[in-house]
Formats: sequence, structure tokens, C-alpha cells
Amino acid sequence: MATQGVLAQGLVYLSAAVIAVPVFKRLGLGSVLGYLCAGAAIGPWGLALVRDPEAILHFAEFGVALLLFLVGLELNAQRLWQLRVPILGMGNAQVIVTIAVVALLGISFRTEWRFALVAGMGFAMSSTAIALQTLAEKNLLGTPGGQAGVSVLLFQDIAVIPLMLVLGLLSAGAESSSMDWQRIGTAIGLILGIIAVGRYLLRHVLRYVASTGSREIFIAFSLLLVIGTALLMQSVGLSMALGTFLAGVILGESEYRHELEMDIEPFKGLLLGLFFIAVGMSVDMGLFASRPMAVAGLACGVVVLKIVLLLALARAFKLSSQDGWLFGLVLSQVGEFAFVLFGVALSEQVISKDQANLLNAAVAASMMTTPLLMLLHQHVLSPRLNRAQPVSAGTIEDRHPVIVAGFGRVGQVVTRVLTARGFKVTLIEHDPNQIERVRRFGWKAYYGDVTRLDLLGSAGAATAQLIVLAIDDADQALRAARLIREHFPSVRLVVRAQSRTDAYEWVELGIPFVRETFGSALTLAERALVSMGVPAYSAKRAAQQFQRHDEALIESLASQRHDQKTLISANTQARSDLEQLLQSEGGARVSDKEAGWH
Amino acid sequence: MKPALVLYAHPNPEESRVNRQLRAAIEGIEGITVHDLYETYPDFFIDVPREQALLLEHQAIVFQHPFYWYSCPPLLKEWMNRVLEYGFAYGEGGDKLHGKHFLQAITTAGPEARYRREGINHFTLPELLRPFEQSAHLCGLVTHAPFVTCGVKSLSDEALRESASSYRSLLADLTAGRYPPATNTFEEA
Repeated sequence: MATQGVLAQGLVYLSAAVIAVPVFKRLGLGSVLGYLCAGAAIGPWGLALVRDPEAILHFAEFGVALLLFLVGLELNAQRLWQLRVPILGMGNAQVIVTIAVVALLGISFRTEWRFALVAGMGFAMSSTAIALQTLAEKNLLGTPGGQAGVSVLLFQDIAVIPLMLVLGLLSAGAESSSMDWQRIGTAIGLILGIIAVGRYLLRHVLRYVASTGSREIFIAFSLLLVIGTALLMQSVGLSMALGTFLAGVILGESEYRHELEMDIEPFKGLLLGLFFIAVGMSVDMGLFASRPMAVAGLACGVVVLKIVLLLALARAFKLSSQDGWLFGLVLSQVGEFAFVLFGVALSEQVISKDQANLLNAAVAASMMTTPLLMLLHQHVLSPRLNRAQPVSAGTIEDRHPVIVAGFGRVGQVVTRVLTARGFKVTLIEHDPNQIERVRRFGWKAYYGDVTRLDLLGSAGAATAQLIVLAIDDADQALRAARLIREHFPSVRLVVRAQSRTDAYEWVELGIPFVRETFGSALTLAERALVSMGVPAYSAKRAAQQFQRHDEALIESLASQRHDQKTLISANTQARSDLEQLLQSEGGARVSDKEAGWH
Repeated sequence: MKPALVLYAHPNPEESRVNRQLRAAIEGIEGITVHDLYETYPDFFIDVPREQALLLEHQAIVFQHPFYWYSCPPLLKEWMNRVLEYGFAYGEGGDKLHGKHFLQAITTAGPEARYRREGINHFTLPELLRPFEQSAHLCGLVTHAPFVTCGVKSLSDEALRESASSYRSLLADLTAGRYPPATNTFEEA
């Protein structure tokens, strides 16, 4: 087994995941528990297919970093500022109270005070990965309870840094405090550096990369960006997750937000899965066997304690009972940062190996409880608490009733008219240079390709009322339209056609269209008539007459368009009909018909 | 202030025999502005501030149009709806046109005899023009007897030339401040 290659390992992980996750999801237990159990099954205490869970865990922590990057993208600086009260208030209260209560309980049970304090620090952490994944899976991120949860999780991720410093001070021989000041200085410098680079440089780099038009390179760059930030932060002893979160917040303002989100998403999913598998593997089943009461008791005890504390906190911060329970249950497990803190405590010799093993096992066991508690929440608590409460559509701003895809010559005019009449519009554009150009005029367009379902989803197609397809590639527009029809059947569509040939396609699909150059061509024809001396109103009438005639012609010919011969003869006939029509409308008609105009 | 603004409304001027000639007869009189509505607003999108400014610049307003279906062409009606705004032409503060003069120059297909109780149209022309008269009254305009060219279908070229020349002298009179008799009929009643 020691010689198994990366691919063979991959095979094991993927098989475990592919077998366990669908089963657990079907049972309604959520994917997280599926991953955890898959990990336990293949780990050293299960089938022993993988020997080195620590290394995997270390690698897979990167999944958490990606997760935080995505959270950051959703929360741009402005939103983060709006959340400052829950983050600082609730976060502070949760961490301090939990540490204090656990430590006091521990001391009252006559454990050694340092062990009790370390346990408190670890237990104060919740699992960002589990909580966010669970909330996202159940579509609860936008609810007040979910938002409060996210705020507290963010605070915990930040709190890890000072807690690690405290652990350093607790260590038997606390020697190097001057070193720590230097580290703090470097850390602050690095954070400021990330903010500066992110704000002033990254947009241009992203535009440059996007303008190559190569998708893989954009994905590669997205990953490079996140991995680079994570490693930089780690190199100065900060949490990778915090660094990527910061990067996410900064890029949350950028027009590439949706695209980055989409590109990172699959990697996040897989790495998080791997992370959960690794956690599952690292559970010391030996301890479960030898000291089941201690592990289970500790795990259950801490979960119950956390629920009680979180409910109290929710009440203090005036969450409704519905939101309070969600908040309490979703944060009730102990998180992955506890592993990190216990690891540091062990290496600083604050706690012993046995103590660390016991705590780790309790943490892993507590993680298993969340999916079960969420089931309880979903099927028992929520229906009781949720009396006639309107369904929250989520609080993600940027979701407007109208989406305009393509912000070129046509899209701009459409958008300007719509916004001038007070409609809010989400813009999607695939040309980075165009995005940059219109940005200078105060327009914000997102970079992306509307033939991708995930982008349509994240732009809010599910809640939009109207999508205007003003992109210049006819095939893409058709593909996008079919996709939208299939997946978001309730949204209305208006599209831009270019040639007569596309127009026929739109007729067949039954989607209202405008031939992009047709209107301008008509105006041009009208001006031409006027400059040939035709009175303005007559010229207008002639153009309108022609428009009606031609639109009817397209409707009627759409079904015969593949038969070249019929098409040609029908067109010829139509042309002579039109000539007669326009002639009679002009000066040459029988004047008795409208003899009233003297 | 200029003496008169002629709002000329004809949807298909190429086919017009009478109105075109009448218009030609007054074109170029000093102080008279001929404003062709169908030529200016073929899309019916009227520039209200511009029209109001034109009204303020002139002492008299003349509607010249064919009398078709007992009314004016649709663009002139649209012009009335849009330009004669509350607060400008009537209602609170709507005194901008007070004291100005109004008259119509219309053409009818049927001869004058048809506009009588016993004729096919049952009403006299002044009766049929009441909505215009009352509109003008509401705007504080002084209304004057209309200039009517009847029976244009059978009008000889000679008679048309005569009509054109009297239309010209009517407008020349306006520039000199001489108006046809006022016809605020309700005041007589």
C-alpha cells in the first residue's frame, strides 16, 4: 500500500465519495456525512486503504480556503461593512463565552487548567466547511440565521490567529515573544499588500488574462490567485482561509466575480469533499473502541453546550426563534480549526499526545452530529417554528428583474432605455475590453458566457422576469435561449437577430426577436426618401408599411426556409406585392379613396 | 412678438390641391410663421417645450387643415393634447396664452349648402367647430370667424386662386392687427 501512486489514491477517494455521497444524499443525510463516513471507511481504522490521513488533511484544507474565497466573493467590502455588528458583536461573544464556559466546566471537573483552556479554545471553533456547505445545500445562506452563522464563522477564522499566539504564551517555556511581534508586523504588512494589489492591480491582470479568450488560462489564473494568496498567508503563519477570504472580498467588487465564482466552484467542491474524507479518516476509531464513553460523552456534551450557548446568543442578538435554532444547530459542531489549535498546543507541549487524541476524536465525532441535527431542524423544528413565514428569496443583491446579455451596440441602447424607465438590470458581457470601456462611463457589466447554465444561475436567471439576449453571436444566442427555455421556463425572453436566417429560427422557437440592423436600416431608408423630396410623414409611413410587410413575410416563410425554390418564388411575389402597396400609399394612388384630405 | 403662427396639418401634402395652394399663398408674408406639423413630427413625437415657446412668440394662432370627419387631422389633435398643458394653457397658472387670438383656416369637400339643418351634415360649420372654439376659450384665446374654403372637389382653378388671395389678405390683416369678427358664441347666448 505504501507504494500506491497518486492516481491509485485518487481512485480510492473518488470511489468512496461516489459510492457514499449519493447514498447519503438519497437518505436525506446530506453530502457532508457521506464524505465523513466514506473517509472513516477507507481510513486506517476502517479498510485501511489509506495510511496517511494527516497529509491528505493538510492538502485538503485548501478546500476550506477555496470555500472562504467564495464566501468573500459574495460579500464585497460594502456588505462586509454592513455585517460588522454581527461579526464583531456576535463573533466576539460566541468565542469568549464558549472558551470561558468550557474552561470553567473543565476546571470544576478537576482537569488541569491548561488542558481545559485549550479544549475551550478548540471547542469555540465551528466548522466553516460543514456549516457553510450545509447552509448552501439547504439554500439557507440568505436567511438571517444563516447570515448570523456566516458572521460568527468569519470571526472565528480571524480569532484563530490571536488564539495561536496565546497558545504560544501558554507553552512551558514561553521564550520568543519578540519574534511574535515581528511576525505580527509581517502579517499586517502582508494583509495590506494583498488589499493594495487586489484593488489596484488585479483587475487589469484579470482583464488581460480574460482577453486571451482562453478559458483554461482564466481558470488556471483563478486557481493561481487563490493558491498564491493562501500560501503567502500561511508563510507568515496566518490562516490560509483568512487570506483567501480577503482576496475574495476584494474581488467581490470586480466584474469578473461571477466568472471566478464559477471557475473555483468545482475545485472547492472536490477539495472540500476530500477534506471531509480526510477528517473521517483521521478519526481515531481505536479511541472510540477503547474509551467510547469519554469520546461520545465529550462530543455530545460539547455539542449540547454549544447549542445552549448559541441559542442564548441568538436571543441576545434578537434573532427570531426560527433563525435562532438554525444558527444554534448549524454552528454546534466543533470545527477543523480545532485540529489546528490542538496540533499547535501539542507541539507547544501545552497538552499531551493522549489528550490531543481524545480531543481530536471528540471533534470529529461532533462533526458527525451536524447533518443529523439539521435533519431534525428540517423535519421537526422548522415546520413548527415556521408559521406562514414568507419564503425568503435570499438576500444576494445584484439579482435584478432584468438581465441583459451583451453590452455592445445593441445591448447598451436597450439597457439605457430600461434603466431610464427605472428597471434594474444585470449586465453580462464576454469581451473584457468592452467591460472596461463601459466601466469608465459608470456601467458595471459582469464577465461571462451566457451559454453556461451556472453563469445564468448565478446572474439570477431563476428570479429574473426578463432576459434580453443582445449578444452578437447568433449560434450562441440560440443556444442560450434553448438553455433558458429549458431551465428557467418562467423567464421571458427578447432576443436580437442579425440576419433573416436567424430570424426564421426565432420564429420557430416562438421567441420575440428584433433584427438588430433592421430598425436602423428602416430609419436610413426613411431618411433617404425624405432627402429625395418625399414628405416626412409619407416617408415614415412607407418605412412602417415595409416593416409590417417584411415581418409578416418572415413569419410566413419560416417553415419553408429550407426549400430554396419555394423561398425564392415566395420572395419574388412578396416584392411585387410590396411595390404595389407602397405605390398606392404614395402619390400615384387613386385619390378618391381619401378624398377628405384636400 | 410676431403676428401669427400657422399650424399647418396635412398628412399627405403631395395629394393636397387646395391646402397646398392656400399655404403657398401665405408663405413669405413678413411676421407669419408657417409650421408644418406632419413634416416636423412624422413620428407623432411632439417637442412640447419647443411648441410652447413658438406659441409665446406669436400674437395669433391659426390652425390650417382639411376639415375631415368634422375634425382636424390626428397630429393636430395630438398637438392640442400635448402642448396645451395644464398650468400652461389652462388651469392653475395656465394663463400663458391669455389674450392671444385664434382662428381656423379649413377646407371642406362638400359645398357650403351641405352644412345646414336640411343639408347632409345637419349642422352649420360654426356649430361643428364648437369643440375648437371652446378649447380656445378655455385657454383664454380670443376666437375669430374661421376662414372656410368649401366644396373643394368641384372648385375651379379660378375660384381656388381667389380663395388663396383672400387667405393671403386675411393674414396680411393679422400682421396689421386687424382681426375678423370675434365669435365667442356663448357670450351672445
